[in-house]
Amino acid sequence: MSAETWTWIIVLLTFALYIGIGYWARVRETAGFYVAGRGVPPVANGAATAADWMSAASFISMAGLISFLGFDGAVYLMGWTGGYVLLALLLAPYLRKYGKFTVPEFVGDRYYSNVARVVAVIAAIFVSFTYAVPQLRGVGIVLSRYLGVDVATGVWAAVLVTAFIAVIGGMKGITWTQVAQYTVLIIAYLITGIALANFLTGNPIPQLAFSFSDFAVRLSQLQVELGLQEYVKPFQNLSQLNVFLITLTLMVGTAGLPHVIIRFYTVPKASDARWSAGWALLFIALLYTTAPAVAVFSKYNLLNTLANKPVQEVQAIDWVQKWSKTGLLKLDDKNGDGVYQITASKDTTEITIDRDIIVLSTPEVAKLSPIVVGLVAAGGLAAALSTAAGLLIVMASAISHDLYTRIINPQASEATKLAIARVVILLVTVLAAPFGINPPAFIAQLVAFAFGLAASTFFPAILLGIFDRRMNAQGAVAGMLVGLVFTATYIVGTSYLGWPRFLFGISPEGVGTVGMLLNFLVAYLVSRATPPPPAEIQKLVDDIRVPKGAGKAVEH
Amino acid sequence: MSALEAYWKENLSLIRNLLLVWALVSYVLGILLAEPLNAVRVFGGPPLGFWIAQQGSIYVFVILIFYYASRMAALDRKYGFED
Repeated sequence: MSAETWTWIIVLLTFALYIGIGYWARVRETAGFYVAGRGVPPVANGAATAADWMSAASFISMAGLISFLGFDGAVYLMGWTGGYVLLALLLAPYLRKYGKFTVPEFVGDRYYSNVARVVAVIAAIFVSFTYAVPQLRGVGIVLSRYLGVDVATGVWAAVLVTAFIAVIGGMKGITWTQVAQYTVLIIAYLITGIALANFLTGNPIPQLAFSFSDFAVRLSQLQVELGLQEYVKPFQNLSQLNVFLITLTLMVGTAGLPHVIIRFYTVPKASDARWSAGWALLFIALLYTTAPAVAVFSKYNLLNTLANKPVQEVQAIDWVQKWSKTGLLKLDDKNGDGVYQITASKDTTEITIDRDIIVLSTPEVAKLSPIVVGLVAAGGLAAALSTAAGLLIVMASAISHDLYTRIINPQASEATKLAIARVVILLVTVLAAPFGINPPAFIAQLVAFAFGLAASTFFPAILLGIFDRRMNAQGAVAGMLVGLVFTATYIVGTSYLGWPRFLFGISPEGVGTVGMLLNFLVAYLVSRATPPPPAEIQKLVDDIRVPKGAGKAVEH
Repeated sequence: MSALEAYWKENLSLIRNLLLVWALVSYVLGILLAEPLNAVRVFGGPPLGFWIAQQGSIYVFVILIFYYASRMAALDRKYGFED
């Protein structure tokens, strides 16, 4: 059977599986809807968190991104994994002990302030929406590339499946489909990584092949011979200061992302939240330590196969013909000497490789069975769908739980609350779809914005809420506003308004760190100049510091 | 000192030590000293600075979290704060 037939079969089977799980996990009460009834075992929650966290971009684009950045790709590897250390040590167990439903809820309650609550709601919606659009886009692209469906149809298919699961199953449905989606995506990624490592080095374990072979050095030398930069040498694409700041922003942003934090609300006990963070990072590390190996091996293989080779020889390769058709691989013998040269300059290079090819072309390059091609497509879809679902529930709960039932209508009945939550999920999904079909050009940059914002608003507010008993509403709100305004102004100014990078050349992706420091400073100064928080809030802080007494799912 | 204060103090010092390791591996070895460490190659593999930044640091992060969870479980038991 052809790769396309296999892809149809595998994609339809996995979609049926997700819908089946979603139906099995349908819920009737708000605790089930928002926090899966707090009955998710730590290992399963780790897998769900990993799927929730690893997006279409992690699966499809990250290895390619690293292979083009060389050493400096470390900002993504260290940044996106190191954040889990902060999450496990500083936030997750305490937020689980607090035991409510959402992140804005903790911020609003801890700072006894509806202003703080609303600032947190707006930040949660903005961060999640920015993140959800590329996920939907990712689904559309995978479906269109592998199955020939047009992008709009692909996005709507994704929206319908995700909305179905989220509407009937809430967090419980999402959690258990994410466990299935993690399984699909990690199998797909590891199969390609293992095949590629085995194909080039004879060692089937990508991490070992990467660590104990000299391929990174050989790739580095090959790139130098071709006139490109040295692969293993640091700070070729980003200055040392920017590598430092972007890594820190991504770490702190990861720890402050609401869709990641709420996953730790679903485990039975506060101590489970610590273990669960470990499992989550272990499951994530399986992919994140395979990615740099895939980056080195596929880049080496592509350059070695294509660069300085005769036109006829290259054109005869199967996968070259196929990927040339998609426009992701561009070969053009510009100087007409019958040989393809690669150069550092866009104008003279005769080989242009889109970064998405690095993962997507691997099954064919490593001559794997057509089934694997289908599996990789299903893996990309699983990564995108699981993240989209996690983000939808954050937006829906921020609107239905924090705005509607906490501020607008606190007397709402259980049935009304649940109905509102379901309608909001449906609305958010349907509203996001057109953006996924025609994403505004700036959406990719908005992801940097999302991290900067999470780093400069949520992270300090939550951290101080737990570790500084004296922190009060005035301090937290002032800190969040200063962090938000500073970070947003710098990003918008330097990215869109043509401002110079006036702070030591700090790139907009790394400025969230500065926003976070400003937040801490302002929060400290303002809180010390204003009265301490009420006694019951200080008692609450003492209470969340110990795991004892973390309740089962509670109504409130 | 109350049990809560003693428990919290031990927790904070554990967190501080683990965050020092976290920062040492990623920011000091993986970024600040990446260039000099790149002069070293272990077992014929990639240069050390590059390896720590792209691979080794992630292993350390995983170990740090599991170590923290197990130490805190012991601390919870010691003070009778298990949930």
